[in-house]
Amino acid sequence: MQLIYEKSVPARRAVRMPSSDVPAAAMLPRELLRSEPADLPELSELDVVRHFTQLSRRNIGVDTTFYPLGSCTMKYNAKSLEDGARISAPFHPMIALLPGGESCAQGSLAMLHHMGELLAEITGMDEVTCQPLAGAHGEMTGIMLIAAYHRAKGNKKKYVIVPDSSHGTNPASAAMVGYEIVTIPTAPYGDMDLDAFRAALNDEVAAVMMTCPNTLGLFNPHIKEICDLAHSVDAMVYYDGANLNAILGQVRPGDVGFDVVHVNLHKTFGTPHGAGGPGSGPVGVKKALVPFLPMPRVIKRNDASFGVETGNPQSIGRTANFFGNFGVMAKAYAYILMLGREGLIDASEKAVLNANYVMARLKDLYEVPYDQTCMHECVFSAARQMQHDVHAIDIAKFLIDKGYHPPTVYFPLIVKEAIMIEPTETESKETLDEFIAVMREAAETAETDPAALKLAPLTTPVSRLDETKAAREQNVCFT
Amino acid sequence: MPSTYYTKEHEWVKIEGNIATVGITDFAAHQLGDVTFVELPATGKSVKQFEVLCAIESVKAASDIYAPVSGKVVSVNEALETTPEIVNESAEAAAWMACLEMADSSEVNKLMSREQYDEFLKGL
Repeated sequence: MQLIYEKSVPARRAVRMPSSDVPAAAMLPRELLRSEPADLPELSELDVVRHFTQLSRRNIGVDTTFYPLGSCTMKYNAKSLEDGARISAPFHPMIALLPGGESCAQGSLAMLHHMGELLAEITGMDEVTCQPLAGAHGEMTGIMLIAAYHRAKGNKKKYVIVPDSSHGTNPASAAMVGYEIVTIPTAPYGDMDLDAFRAALNDEVAAVMMTCPNTLGLFNPHIKEICDLAHSVDAMVYYDGANLNAILGQVRPGDVGFDVVHVNLHKTFGTPHGAGGPGSGPVGVKKALVPFLPMPRVIKRNDASFGVETGNPQSIGRTANFFGNFGVMAKAYAYILMLGREGLIDASEKAVLNANYVMARLKDLYEVPYDQTCMHECVFSAARQMQHDVHAIDIAKFLIDKGYHPPTVYFPLIVKEAIMIEPTETESKETLDEFIAVMREAAETAETDPAALKLAPLTTPVSRLDETKAAREQNVCFT
Repeated sequence: MPSTYYTKEHEWVKIEGNIATVGITDFAAHQLGDVTFVELPATGKSVKQFEVLCAIESVKAASDIYAPVSGKVVSVNEALETTPEIVNESAEAAAWMACLEMADSSEVNKLMSREQYDEFLKGL
């Protein structure tokens, strides 16, 4: 397929504008004017429409195919949630920030406030800020809150503890806030080594960041003990909400002892991801951290009206403009209300059931390095296929040929040749059975014709990319 | 006589006088796969034993490289900046990463000999 610049024909136009009768050039200072015309593609409107429609047909998404990308919770984003965003769009709460604007934004402020209450109820926290714009942004906000807490108490803290199975953003967020990272290895049972944790814990530890269930898809049976140990040295325990989809309505992080939680609305609450985003990473905290929450904060007054609190000397300040990604919150709010308590509990149970079903149907062919009942995702290793020189990446590419978005590979880092599958609750048994059949075919092909797997994918617009060359020679300019 | 020691994190360190030359082992390079980027330490940087010295990225993962001994970085292998593939071709020779001026020569007692390291690899 040609790039849009390659399709460009000089002087071709989609829209012919009338010539300006405003002497704009005369009004703008010379240094702000272009010295030469912008290098833009020149096409007709139909050329542009066809170009982008063709591109969209090459795109892969949950709407086109099963997308079992582990740790990312690629659940279906119900179309009705888009309505939630569309209906609320004209009522953006930023108007509340204007003088006297609160009365004009009561509905959207009420939604934001209720959203915070719902997330607080789901996570067992006392209060929630919806400002952060993504999960990692939530992590950084959470660690900043913890740092503010320690500063206010005069605590001398230096370290943040993370297990080696954690998402890379955990140590990165803590390092960004200025802490040194202490990494704890994983014990043979698949969770943070408790003895190593005890040995690393001291008065200078500011926080312990845990993902529970962890990135192996396993629920940590020692989680309460870890929280208690951390609290004994006045360290806060941070809950990475990436895997919250596994435990909705089953256990609340706040009840276990976690002090700070971030929630990925785009994972757990059915809103689009990444490039299809924007995302949203609300942060919930226990009482001790409430004074440090970002401003402006939506509050409910005694007369039941909603307002905006802006002045609080202890606050870490503003982490995003205009209350965060309001449209994403509107979708997630609609999702939570649509499913309700029973629906959320059911979603988690089906997510866990689906992951266990996939694991049970594939574990005779793929090694399961930590073989236990899993939560919402299961982690295999392609170690057995490696005997035929077939790697996780080859299996992933084979899946593309069969019409699937590949699962996560090579993460978590503690599993050699990891293949991490998260089906989510929105997939039917028929879809899972078809996927399982293809995974079984991949394992069989690894034994009978490993060379064939090395060639995949063959059905895509471009076949196997030279990822090494792409990473070593990062020239992304079109010339 | 230079002597070489190894760490559990798969670094090697060659000791010549008070200069310690550091790199990663062939095993580590093989595990990483095609190396795409080596983030060399700054010359003059001081590190303690087993603290992060620098970092390496491959098509599979980004990993920290730990200092096998304490010391000050006196030189780095700049060739790795433009040709990181040397790590895959010659991890234990041409792809040395940094030379440290050693702070405490007794620290090598915490490291493994070649035989011990080979034994350690068998257990992985």
